[in-house]
Amino acid sequence: MPEKQIVSMNCGKIDPDNIDTHIDQGGFKALQKSLEKMTPEDIINEIKTSELKGRGGAGFLCGTKWELARKAGENQKYLICNADESEVGTFKDRHLLAKDPFTLIEGIAITAYAIGAQTAFIYLRAEYHFLLDLLTNAIEQAKEKGFLKHLAVQIREGAGAYICGEESALMNSIEGRRGESRYKPPFPTEKGLFDKPTIINNVETLMNVPQIILNGGEWFKTIGTGNSRGTKVFSISGDVEKPGVYELEMGSPVKELVVTLAGAKNIKAVQVGGASGSIIPFDQLDTPLSFETLLGSGGVIVFNNERDITDMVHQSMIFLSEESCGKCTPCREGTEVMIEIFRRLEIGEGVPEDMENLEALSEAMMLSSLCGLGQAAPIPVLDSLKYFRSEYEDRIEKSQILRRLPRSIA
Amino acid sequence: MERASQDISLSDKKREDLLMLLKSAQAEYRHIPRAFIVDTAKALGLPENQVFGVASFYAFLSVEPLGKHVIRICQNLPCYLKNSRMIIDSVKKKIGIIPGETTPDGRFSLELVSCIGACDVAPAMLVNHDVHGNLTPQRISEILNTYD
Ligand SMILES: Cc1cc2nc3c(=O)[nH]c(=O)nc-3n(C[C@H](O)[C@H](O)[C@H](O)COP(=O)(O)O)c2cc1C
Ligand code: SF4
Ligand code: FES
Repeated sequence: MPEKQIVSMNCGKIDPDNIDTHIDQGGFKALQKSLEKMTPEDIINEIKTSELKGRGGAGFLCGTKWELARKAGENQKYLICNADESEVGTFKDRHLLAKDPFTLIEGIAITAYAIGAQTAFIYLRAEYHFLLDLLTNAIEQAKEKGFLKHLAVQIREGAGAYICGEESALMNSIEGRRGESRYKPPFPTEKGLFDKPTIINNVETLMNVPQIILNGGEWFKTIGTGNSRGTKVFSISGDVEKPGVYELEMGSPVKELVVTLAGAKNIKAVQVGGASGSIIPFDQLDTPLSFETLLGSGGVIVFNNERDITDMVHQSMIFLSEESCGKCTPCREGTEVMIEIFRRLEIGEGVPEDMENLEALSEAMMLSSLCGLGQAAPIPVLDSLKYFRSEYEDRIEKSQILRRLPRSIA
Repeated sequence: MERASQDISLSDKKREDLLMLLKSAQAEYRHIPRAFIVDTAKALGLPENQVFGVASFYAFLSVEPLGKHVIRICQNLPCYLKNSRMIIDSVKKKIGIIPGETTPDGRFSLELVSCIGACDVAPAMLVNHDVHGNLTPQRISEILNTYD
């Protein structure tokens, strides 16, 4: 399956500073169609038909989520566009925002109308401050053209915290609190931002909406696979010749992205979905990229043959520990203990129990962590133990040899 | 800092404005002064420890004064794979401090941070709000010299 542009179709074709160039490409036709010819229920049905799933990582069905918010018996509702993009190796939202802010605004305007929100927030990570003027300007231009009569769109900037991409932590952050995850239920569609029904969607998710409205949900369903409709925008980095952003039809093999497009050579392993993403070895590059198999937020990192997998996982764990909000023990302590084990393996102080301990700890963290950070943190650990077990064994064996050496030599 | 809040208006502010207020203070004073926390807590009707709790949670806020320019070098995998450690070393050498410190003249602070979303141009760093990518030890001097 080749590259296919739906979400990024205007990127590079329009001037992100000038809404007229976007309108010339057919921009805002979907919004006009929505407001003039469709009821909010029609829109939700179209999105339900399309089977569009969230592109921020969790892959929840949009239509189902929107319907819950639509039906929530409150006057005040909110839409939040999650532009916190802080997953390691992920920069596709940055690319989309920089090249085509208007399609996002159109998607936001349609979604807000569908769920009945009068206010939408774009939560922009602090590291993307350089996009603030561009986005503000795009909103102003859309307002001047009369596209935002039903809606106030506001930008809220983060202040440096990966966890604020998690939806409940994000809402805490907008409310002026520490960005810690909340216990669920209640779910945001019931009690979200300021305790009002709230829909949170990723930048890329919302940018799919205009084309679905224009071409229909049935059209969208013809693209991709049975459980993953449409395309996915990937960001690829690491040991590749052409790092960057590529949009592919769902179900495309990893190889297509990693080898054909990004030009990777001598691949040892590929991590899909950022620091807590799955790791697959080079002989599984035919695996399709989809919700059924591998996907996450679309951040793909390639490791070549010179890389040490335990070192790679160690680095990911340092990130996860650093960014753990600290609210629950399994995640806060578990990531720390894992780092300690990886550190010992690295300096030749591993013990045979390390592998079992990593497995037991992984299980505990997956079962008892409060949010997705702690629940997913063990994924690369378990994958590397599965596919690259010999690298752990080698390190442990070396540690044992070191221990047997007389002190004066060691 | 006698009256920290004199430059940033605290009237009619609500709790949801807290992060924005703290960010303004950070930009204005290069840190969140104690007096600002006290004044803000009073203005918002919050306990001081809650305001402090927010101020200390986020990586871009600091309760200790930072330098005029803050260098944030990414330390995560895609940058690590492109020798970010060499970049960290050359910045350390160039300005003579280690991560977490500020130069005695107050010109630079150095921090190691999580992925800044510039992995396609790894290794990368932020200086204030500017992204610098495809870094090499040679380019470090050149870049830092543009910040006076
Ligand atoms: C630790 C953590 C970090 C997350 N970071 C992001 C993020 O940066 N951007 C994003 O869109 N979703 C992120 N998510 C997922 C959100 O919680 C939420 O599922 C998503 O924004 C919903 O939008 P979607 O359905 O359109 O994907 C994160 C989740 C977790 C657990
Ligand atoms: S799993 Fe980690 S990030 Fe999530 S709430 Fe617990 S400590 Fe915080
Ligand atoms: S890992 Fe350094 S910018 Fe993403």
